[in-house]
Amino acid sequence: MTTQGWIILLVSVSAVTTLFTWCVYKVLSIPGETEHMHGVEFQTPDEIEEE
Amino acid sequence: MARAKESWNSRIGVILAVSGSAVGLGNFLRFPGQAAQYGGGAFMMAYFVAFLLIGLPICWAEWTMGRRAGQSGFNSCPGIMAYITRHPAGKYLGVLGIVIPVVVYMYYVYIEAWCLGYSVNFLRGEMVFPTADAAGGFWETFIGNSKNGAAVGFGLKEVGLYLVVAFIFNFYLIYRGLSRGIELFCKFAMPTLIVLAFIVLVRVLTLGSPDVANPHNNVVNGLGFMWNPSKVMVQEAEETVDGSRRWANVEELVGAEVIAMKKAALEGSADKRVATITVWQQLRNPQLWLAAAGQIFFSLSVGFGILMTYASYLKKSDDVVLSGLAATSTNEFCEVALGGLITVPAGFAFLGVAGVAGQGTFALGFKVLPMVFSNMPAGQLFGFLFFFLLFLAAVTSSLSMVQPGIAFLEEAMDINRKQSVAILGIITAFGTGFVVYFSENSKALDTFDFWVGTFLIFILATIQIIIFAWVLGLDKGFEEAHQGAAIHIPGIYRVIMKYICPLFLLTVFVLWVVVNVFGYSFETGETNVSGYVKDLVGKDSNIVAQMSIGLILTLGIFVALVISRVKRYKELEIRS
Repeated sequence: MTTQGWIILLVSVSAVTTLFTWCVYKVLSIPGETEHMHGVEFQTPDEIEEE
Repeated sequence: MARAKESWNSRIGVILAVSGSAVGLGNFLRFPGQAAQYGGGAFMMAYFVAFLLIGLPICWAEWTMGRRAGQSGFNSCPGIMAYITRHPAGKYLGVLGIVIPVVVYMYYVYIEAWCLGYSVNFLRGEMVFPTADAAGGFWETFIGNSKNGAAVGFGLKEVGLYLVVAFIFNFYLIYRGLSRGIELFCKFAMPTLIVLAFIVLVRVLTLGSPDVANPHNNVVNGLGFMWNPSKVMVQEAEETVDGSRRWANVEELVGAEVIAMKKAALEGSADKRVATITVWQQLRNPQLWLAAAGQIFFSLSVGFGILMTYASYLKKSDDVVLSGLAATSTNEFCEVALGGLITVPAGFAFLGVAGVAGQGTFALGFKVLPMVFSNMPAGQLFGFLFFFLLFLAAVTSSLSMVQPGIAFLEEAMDINRKQSVAILGIITAFGTGFVVYFSENSKALDTFDFWVGTFLIFILATIQIIIFAWVLGLDKGFEEAHQGAAIHIPGIYRVIMKYICPLFLLTVFVLWVVVNVFGYSFETGETNVSGYVKDLVGKDSNIVAQMSIGLILTLGIFVALVISRVKRYKELEIRS
């Protein structure tokens, strides 16, 4: 593994990890996000139609 | 018949579902192979350029157009295309957005079954291979490569049982619906998949030099083989047709000691030499750009029509810009930071350059890695974890391939979930059965993958970005994208989406046709028409390949006929 190889590896992995972490932070920090959360529901769309 | 309007449960759910659609076998098998083949550093430069110029723009375009049409109740690709274009031909462009995911599902679920079968057999302790050839033999028997019909079997070491399980599991989740099936599964499967990948990654990075007899075969050199920007090659002199002399690459060298020994051995040789290919020399190779663009393209699942369908279930006020970026970044993280550090270093540590260089996606995954896992400490457990991780990645992808077809049947035929699931289940079961039965040399699978899973995807993606930038228009498109957006698309993307992305795509497509259909080699300048074309016409044609194309065309015609009878699509044209 050459020095340039280590640099490429570290820059590439850091870039995608930073972007991923930033996106996760932004998504989780948006106010009101949890308002849409319904948790686990075990009813199928067809069951709703029948009701 | 009034249908219950489906929607996503949460922003995180839809991001995980879209990420799940993108994260698949390509992240852990195809990407590492491509990066290693084209020289890590050079490949990564082209890869990130392609990500910024075609991956992100098409992704945002699909999300935006999907959500826009979804507000008026259009969830399928033909409906979305008809709504956006308001042109009689628009709805027929959407045929590709149904045919592509449905046909890809037909063979993808089969590969998914391989992953499940391998994980189960690792868990049972049945996967012990002293050599890569032994692992290859198991794989070829498992998938019935020797003759048609050989893959049909339901023992624990045969693929049939796993295929039935995978197929039913997919359709059960699809039947449960968008939020209670796909979203719920992806919410659990995606984090699980990332955790499993981390566990396998730690195992691989701590392998050291497992083969005492070959200390140069170690993880650090494996990382070097994958990521070094310059390649050191043994080159051999050969004469070309016109009598001139050229140097052909015959072997890659990795590791300072290995290079020094080889240089000493070849000193004074007139026919062989050790040469370094720099990153800039590699970047001048058009095939590197083609490989990088192709990888971004298939990895992000753009051009399948899937993202548009998923986005059509969003509310008008739901963000698409950050969600699109978050989904693509999840895919990139899994691909570069996890896939890029697992597969090739593991293979290299046990087999060296010769074992991993030039291996295709399937060979790397189902011949090389099983042998590697079967020879590493606690390999039974890690083999199970790795193939179960691949299975989860494959399921989250295959689920997304079924939803566009379900959405189309419900929308075009005005039927409920149960009926649409039954119809699509029969169609895909027939197609998958076809792929499984005609297993000799994986001819049916290969033909589907080439003409649909590669060729048609280029066409649909090009159509999508042109419709977004030139038909819907950039002003309207950006205004639509920014409704409810948590972040803004940088202004430079107006130029990228209008000019650069379509041009880049068209260039890549033309190059792809020149190389893969007409068989032109940029290295030698020779042309040799692709085997995929020879399979269809001429004296060497293959009946299975021809039937495969017939099946694709039949499905396309069926979808087009159904589209032609949908009043809602026609009303869009009248209103315009």
